[in-house]
Amino acid sequence: MAIARETVEQVASVSDKYKYGFISDIEADTAPIGLSEDIVRFISAKKEEPEWLLEWRLKAYRYWLTMEEPEWANVHYPKIDFQDIYYYSAPKQKDKLKSLDEVDPELLEVYKKLGIPLKEQEVLAGVEGAYNVAVDAVFDSVSVATTFKARLEKEGVIFCPISEAVRDHPDLVKEYMGSVVPYTDNYYAALNSAVFTDGSFCYIPKGVRCPMELSTYFRINAAQTGQFERTLIIAEDESYVSYLEGCTAPMRDENQLHAAVVELIIKKDAEIKYSTVQNWYPGDENGVGGIYNFVTKRAACRGENAKVSWTQVETGSAITWKYPSCILQGDNSVGEFYSIAIANNMQQADTGTKMIHLGKNTSSTIISKGISAGKAQNTYRGLVRMGRKAENARNHTVCDSLLIGDKCGAHTVPYIENQSRTATIEHEATTSKVSEEQLFYCQQRGLSEEESMALIVNGFCKEVLQKLPMEFAVEAQKLVGISLEGSVG
Amino acid sequence: MLEIKNLHATVGGKEILKGINLTIKAGEVHAVMGPNGAGKSTLSYVLAGRDGYEVTSGEVLYKGENLLDLSPDERAAKGIFLAFQYPVEIPGVASATFLKTAYNAQRKARGEPEVDAMEFLKLIRVKTKELGIKDDMLKRAVNVGFSGGEKKRNEVLQMSLLEPDLMLLDETDSGLDIDALKIAAEGVNRLRSPERAALVITHYQRLLDYIVPDFVHVLADGKIVKSGDKSLAHELEEKGYAALSAA
Ligand SMILES: Nc1ncnc2c1ncn2[C@@H]1O[C@H](COP(=O)(O)OP(=O)(O)OP(=O)(O)O)[C@@H](O)[C@H]1O
Ligand SMILES: [Mg+2]
Repeated sequence: MAIARETVEQVASVSDKYKYGFISDIEADTAPIGLSEDIVRFISAKKEEPEWLLEWRLKAYRYWLTMEEPEWANVHYPKIDFQDIYYYSAPKQKDKLKSLDEVDPELLEVYKKLGIPLKEQEVLAGVEGAYNVAVDAVFDSVSVATTFKARLEKEGVIFCPISEAVRDHPDLVKEYMGSVVPYTDNYYAALNSAVFTDGSFCYIPKGVRCPMELSTYFRINAAQTGQFERTLIIAEDESYVSYLEGCTAPMRDENQLHAAVVELIIKKDAEIKYSTVQNWYPGDENGVGGIYNFVTKRAACRGENAKVSWTQVETGSAITWKYPSCILQGDNSVGEFYSIAIANNMQQADTGTKMIHLGKNTSSTIISKGISAGKAQNTYRGLVRMGRKAENARNHTVCDSLLIGDKCGAHTVPYIENQSRTATIEHEATTSKVSEEQLFYCQQRGLSEEESMALIVNGFCKEVLQKLPMEFAVEAQKLVGISLEGSVG
Repeated sequence: MLEIKNLHATVGGKEILKGINLTIKAGEVHAVMGPNGAGKSTLSYVLAGRDGYEVTSGEVLYKGENLLDLSPDERAAKGIFLAFQYPVEIPGVASATFLKTAYNAQRKARGEPEVDAMEFLKLIRVKTKELGIKDDMLKRAVNVGFSGGEKKRNEVLQMSLLEPDLMLLDETDSGLDIDALKIAAEGVNRLRSPERAALVITHYQRLLDYIVPDFVHVLADGKIVKSGDKSLAHELEEKGYAALSAA
């Protein structure tokens, strides 16, 4: 088939297309390479943490030592040498920052290149392209700036780097951190708990609708550095927050590890919308370099009518391994998972979700759109579990795969465990190809081959793109196009 | 405007066009008729540049330029439009989005400024009205769930918007009811001008009552076996193609 041949031929050009692949020359404060109890202590000391947190980290580290690296996912990579990674790297700064004006201008320049609206002034001045979004930017291992703090504080919303939360709101952190993803949960969660360096903390008090989108941008910059951030969001009764997360990394020919943990706690009548656009460097067309993205994300709907929705657009990373999950404990609670996962060239993605129904009348919706191009492998892996007490619980899953060319693969692995006699579980799956006919039709109307592909794929992803906040949806659409460049002739 | 000289083309390794000669001047409408499988659609695909339709010999000049060197989208931007015999479904892409993307892509290729959403909406409203198409069709995904006739009307809508110089209509009449046929034909006639030309593929003389051709050709087994004026269409309708090959 002509497209397939051209796909293979054209794949070579894609590495020029990663526009976030610049490396910033910023002086960094870095821990010695490798991992040991001393490194854990080093990180904790750098962060001036209380004793209880150091103890928790050490327990996690010791537990991690007893664990085996998991191998069940449909991904293949050489064994990671955990002693060959830097676990702490912070841009050097003279003193503690008091306001945005003191942020290293070079760093601000980096964020500008990434299109992050870091400068509060710009946002407030309504500068074109600036979003009405509060941003916490995480650069390697530290949070650099959090915008819009004052306005949020007025509403009682806490949005700050997690290390700051440890210092200023220790009770909240102590109560909730590890309560959804304990350090014993899995290999990478244990590792993260031992060495996590930063991430965001959000607390939405009872009855508050967060007045703006909250957002965190993660960027890995330093070489051979792992990024282990931890995000913790707590939505009290009747509160609401929409949270966005964006990720990029420079092009490097080595693999870099990103092992994050995200915990969401949703109480009675509260809702969290969590959206991710993940565009870590995917490696080159031969599979050299790129980010290993091994992430544990989990939400606990702890009260009645609690609602969580995960929306993700995963276009980057050499390997993606993540299953944002929902524990639907409260009666009538709702879990949603909307996902677009694109794998091109040599990328491997094994992603999906887990919906654990415990309460009565809980319901969950899963819409997964997997796109494979080049020689990529894309696996959807999803678990739906209906507990004994999950009376009248419902799940509806739609899992669509789209193939571009004939050297890639799409796999669907649903796990269903039902202990409830009254639960209903529906699963639909389709696999389709972008047809030569569709491409020709678009081209005949004047679209280039790449524009045609982008249009067709965006159409395929539409239901999920619609779930993203407006500004993000536009970005995501472009990203879908960019990440498939070179997949057609 | 279009000169086809001794055109041979293969599809899937099989020769389908076996030496087509046809010249279409600006302002002219040519009808092509012929039995099923004769190669009519193949001819339209070759002219539009579809992948897999390989020209093995011959030449096609469009506005004096070698057409066969151009990609399908370049041909589109230069004014070639093909109304498909079987319009293609594009799930999830709203017709309005599709039309606007196509319209702007062509403008961009010609170095003209792109139009914004508001301007475009104004433009398309005029066209939908002319063709009696309901606006809600613009919100639906391209051709998805459209009835046979709706698909054909949608092709005419796209053509009216893009205002091509060379219209290739492949059985646009099939599937249209009598009223729709008239409206679609009016759409085509509205575009007729001394600068434009059309190649109209059809099985039925009826269409040619509305879109009156200057020439009628019979394509059989990959060749044009007979050409004439519009009376040829009537003759074919009466006697069929069998009489023609017997003659
Ligand atoms: N991919 C292919 N491989 C082999 N033969 C093909 C292929 N595509 C088309 N053909 C053949 O080419 C011939 C011409 O087809 P074409 O669609 O051009 O006919 P047509 O004149 O448009 O017919 P109709 O009036 O039925 O629309 C047919 O015999 C068809 O089977
Ligand atoms: Mg045909």
